[in-house]
Amino acid sequence: MTISLLLLVIFILVALGYTIGRTRAVKRFRSAERERRPHSLPRYYGYLVALYTLIPALVVIVLWGLLESSVLTSMVSRQLPEDIQSLPEGQLKLVINDIKNLAVGNISSSNSDPIRMEAADHFSGLLSKSRWAKGIIAIAAALLGMFFGLRSIAPETRARILVEKAIMIFLIACSSLAILTTVGIVFSVLFESLRFFGKVPFSEFAFGLHWSPQTAIRADQVGSSGSFGAVPIFAGTLLISVIAMLVAVPFGLMSAIYLAEYASPSMRSWAKPLLEILAGIPTVVYGFFAALTMAPMIRGIGESIGLTVASESALAAGLVMGIMIIPFVSSLSDDVITAVPQAMRDGSLGLGATKSETIKKVVIPAALPGIVGGVLLAVSRAIGETMIVVMAAGLAANLTINPLEAVTTVTVQIVTLLTGDQAFDSPKTLAAFALGLMLFVTTLILNIIALRTVRKYREQYE
Amino acid sequence: MNDSSTEADTEKLVSMNIDQDIPHEQTVEEIVASLGDTVGQTRVDNPKMSCTDVNVFYADKQAIFGVDLDIADNEVISMIGPSGCGKSTLLRCLNRMNDTIPICKVTGDLTLDGENIYGKNTDPVLLRARVGMVFQKPNPFPKSIYENVAYGPRLHGLSRNKADLDDIVVTSLKKAGIYNEVKDRLDQPGTGLSGGQQQRLCIARTIACSPEVILMDEPCSALDPIATAKIEELIDELRENYSIAIVTHSMQQAARVSQRTAYFHLGKLVEVGGTDDIFTNPKHELTENYITGRFG
Amino acid sequence: MNDQRNTTEIVQASIKRRYAKEKRFRLYGLIAIISSLAFLAMLITTITIRGLPAFTQNFIQLDITLDQKTLGLGDEPDISALRKANYNGTIKNSLLAEFPDVTKRKDKKLLYKLVSKGGQYDLQKKVMADPELIGESMTVWLPVGDDVHTYLKGDVDITLPEKKRRFKDIQVGWIDSLQENGQIAKRFNKTFFESGDSREPELAGIRGALFGSMLTLVVTLALSFPVAVAAALYLEEFAPKNRWTDLIEVNINNLAAVPSIVFGLLGLAVFINFFHLPRSAPLVGGLVLSLMTLPTIIISSRAALKSVPPSIRDAALGLGASNLQVVFHHVLPLAMPGILTGTIIGMAQALGETAPLLMIGMVAFIVDVPTAITDPATVLPVQIFQWADLPEKGFVEKTSAAIMVLLAFLIVMNALAVYLRKKFERKW
Repeated sequence: MTISLLLLVIFILVALGYTIGRTRAVKRFRSAERERRPHSLPRYYGYLVALYTLIPALVVIVLWGLLESSVLTSMVSRQLPEDIQSLPEGQLKLVINDIKNLAVGNISSSNSDPIRMEAADHFSGLLSKSRWAKGIIAIAAALLGMFFGLRSIAPETRARILVEKAIMIFLIACSSLAILTTVGIVFSVLFESLRFFGKVPFSEFAFGLHWSPQTAIRADQVGSSGSFGAVPIFAGTLLISVIAMLVAVPFGLMSAIYLAEYASPSMRSWAKPLLEILAGIPTVVYGFFAALTMAPMIRGIGESIGLTVASESALAAGLVMGIMIIPFVSSLSDDVITAVPQAMRDGSLGLGATKSETIKKVVIPAALPGIVGGVLLAVSRAIGETMIVVMAAGLAANLTINPLEAVTTVTVQIVTLLTGDQAFDSPKTLAAFALGLMLFVTTLILNIIALRTVRKYREQYE
Repeated sequence: MNDSSTEADTEKLVSMNIDQDIPHEQTVEEIVASLGDTVGQTRVDNPKMSCTDVNVFYADKQAIFGVDLDIADNEVISMIGPSGCGKSTLLRCLNRMNDTIPICKVTGDLTLDGENIYGKNTDPVLLRARVGMVFQKPNPFPKSIYENVAYGPRLHGLSRNKADLDDIVVTSLKKAGIYNEVKDRLDQPGTGLSGGQQQRLCIARTIACSPEVILMDEPCSALDPIATAKIEELIDELRENYSIAIVTHSMQQAARVSQRTAYFHLGKLVEVGGTDDIFTNPKHELTENYITGRFG
Repeated sequence: MNDQRNTTEIVQASIKRRYAKEKRFRLYGLIAIISSLAFLAMLITTITIRGLPAFTQNFIQLDITLDQKTLGLGDEPDISALRKANYNGTIKNSLLAEFPDVTKRKDKKLLYKLVSKGGQYDLQKKVMADPELIGESMTVWLPVGDDVHTYLKGDVDITLPEKKRRFKDIQVGWIDSLQENGQIAKRFNKTFFESGDSREPELAGIRGALFGSMLTLVVTLALSFPVAVAAALYLEEFAPKNRWTDLIEVNINNLAAVPSIVFGLLGLAVFINFFHLPRSAPLVGGLVLSLMTLPTIIISSRAALKSVPPSIRDAALGLGASNLQVVFHHVLPLAMPGILTGTIIGMAQALGETAPLLMIGMVAFIVDVPTAITDPATVLPVQIFQWADLPEKGFVEKTSAAIMVLLAFLIVMNALAVYLRKKFERKW
């Protein structure tokens, strides 16, 4: 029984539960005496029965889904011959993976040994049995729930309150998903990072000046010395982010000032959305542009004045990234600038300040916390930006501050280390998670500081 | 006082203008026409500023209708009238603060020392340095007290050196009668002061530019009675050196501080004259209704 | 202190300088806006110029004889034999017949390059549909090879020495003579929309990526919309002010600013390595993207809910509706346009997202068009990324064209959002 069929059946049962519950409530309460008015409208009894039907079935399906894989795996591996069972854990995993793939038909069965074939047959048998069992138990649970739900239809049952409680629990669960996501992120990067730091000492990762994860793999030396020094990567990330901010902050801020203070309403109404288009363009498009147009252009210009420019220069990636961030800075600054009370401007203008003097000496200083918050958010964005640097920056981890050379960034390394097939617990793969952890922590700190500054700023003028 | 609506919010001002006290079949224009000519002496012998046939429009709505009025040297003139009668609008015309509202259009002659302030050669920056303004709500900059007062002189380059600037700041604070209260904390933010102190700081800030005229737009509407009394005292002292035009909602205040009073209704100057005359012997029916508290 | 006369003089002395500064400042602002917009224009024009040729394809008209011997078929060929038949050979023969004076091996090789490798698949399709054609002669239009396409587009500089270019003089001669005979025609490039990925630029299409994007978006929408609305409702309407809701709020705001690639790491570690969901599948892509778009939709939904005035709630509560009834009967319907606008913007974001999908293996080379959410698939932005990396010149044009398609979708979605906002905008 496939999952979609099962869900369809459950759905039909739920609909059925609602209809029966509702009609029963209508009938029962019509015959009841006047004094015992039912607590809720009939349709709430319908909803109640539907919930009674749905929840047990869902619980069964979810629990089954969580346990199925591990139970089946242990059942299959117990059937395997001794010599395979005694293999080290990593290799055993590979074997079992093979078996699973065989069973599902991902690998053609022609060139496999009979033991695996047999195990695969066993596995697929178990799998189909398990699916049938899951379906039957889930439907049984649904029917049982429906039965209890129907029995509970009585005037004194506070159906509406119960239904509303269930809905409320659903709402709370949904909003708590945000916390779950954060926890998920932390755990997924933290665990792998800890494994990485078990193989490569943290001090080497944080202070080492040489990054070359490839050699570690080839020589098959786990954590061979000097290969996982991440300083050049951090430096590269910083270099590109600085270039990006040097473009984004002045252009974004000046655009915001012009739009908020000088532009006529009609100009604002077309220029703002146009600027926001820049923010809506996917980063992969910027990456393509940076690699194909900007980089050769910068190289051409550089060479015409006698400079050597790498074809994947930090400058090209940084410039394009800066342009991408302009609308981000400008819309955040625009918000905070327009939040400065008009009274402040009037006060300054009333003393005979020109508009630009008012902006420079009163509006911007007043809006400064908000602007700084916005810029910090923009920095966090620059650090975490991936596609532009993957496509336009290099792979080589050079430790340099020359923007004309190629550098690499944290995100580029994560992508290169994790795309392509490799064993999941090699230090090379784990290094990506360690970099991910660094990235998450850095951006988290920046975001929290920035959001707090912006919020404080807003409260000041509310 | 309790009816201190936000007259700075000009758009609201326009709509209030339309909504207020109008029998539904009459338009504002018709009512204004029925009010007749201004009663009393609009002109003075020694005018510092003068308005002749001033009309103000917000987009296509007219807010001020043909106002003639002089402001004399060293006098306090108060402008009174119900909410939305255009008194704040007229005040903001006098130092061209209305320029900041794009839909606002001003016609007629407004002069300062005989020079047209809306003329091609007149510069709003210079004008505003000469005609200072104090606003309804105290609006100190989020800077230190010192910086607040020093802001104007710095802008216009009125001081030659630091000592000069210090001198201006201290004198202005003294003139605004707040120096003794703040002399120990000049480096603390102006926003930390009480409402009355903030307003006096704003007055000090205005004085620091050495203006010739000071416009005050309901300067006490956000303040408590004690703070109000202090400001009123201050206004009286300032009269020696400056011409002052004050918009107020409080007739008592007008009576206390001003020498002349102008009464506005629906954007029209209904009556103007010596404060004592207006309050004891109003000539126009509407003025009488207003000061006897029948509306407003 | 200066007296009043002095003020006027001093101010007048510096006023010119101050106005010059004012002008300059204003100019800087204008320059900032204009240069940003100029960049936007430059980006869009370069991509359009590069991408437009990909929407057309050139075809060569050839007389083809489908003789059994060349095709390598027996008398009663079954389907698999028909599939494997040597259609390439027949095309080569007909090219040789068109230019009988070509004899050198090297030249022949060049000659064969005139027709795209996709030509044989076209023939194969025709024959498989109608096996009666075997043995017949017919006139067909076959797509030209990549180099010919580049030449016809005008991108080959024939003034360069022959050694320095891929497209040789002899080929130029052939094409020119074909053109004179009217045997070359330009048509709309259906292949680009009808086929999946390929290693040959002229055969590569975006159908697979489009379907992958669609499936991924469906999963994203199905997951993120209900959850986001529920979360927004709770936080805006019911949540008590306590530490837990504060924590939720901080989390949502922070998640909105977490780099997208981190969500990819989450997807890889949790959905693929822990829950063993299939790699490269739209299901996992949708899961990751919905986690990513949740904060966006929640934040805009909350703004929409907040803009519903409390008077509506009071009115309904006053009639004896329960809190939930108030929200579901009155507040939610009134906030719906705003919520939908936010959702569309979130979906547009998800449609353009690339980095997290690289992490969960949607970057594999996949030719087939996906039909289910567990099939291996790729999405449009990832396809763009993959093509952008390929060295063949033909792919530059394909990449640009794919970007144009992606941008078209994004523009439509954003326009829809703006339209919704304008149409249902309400002032309370």
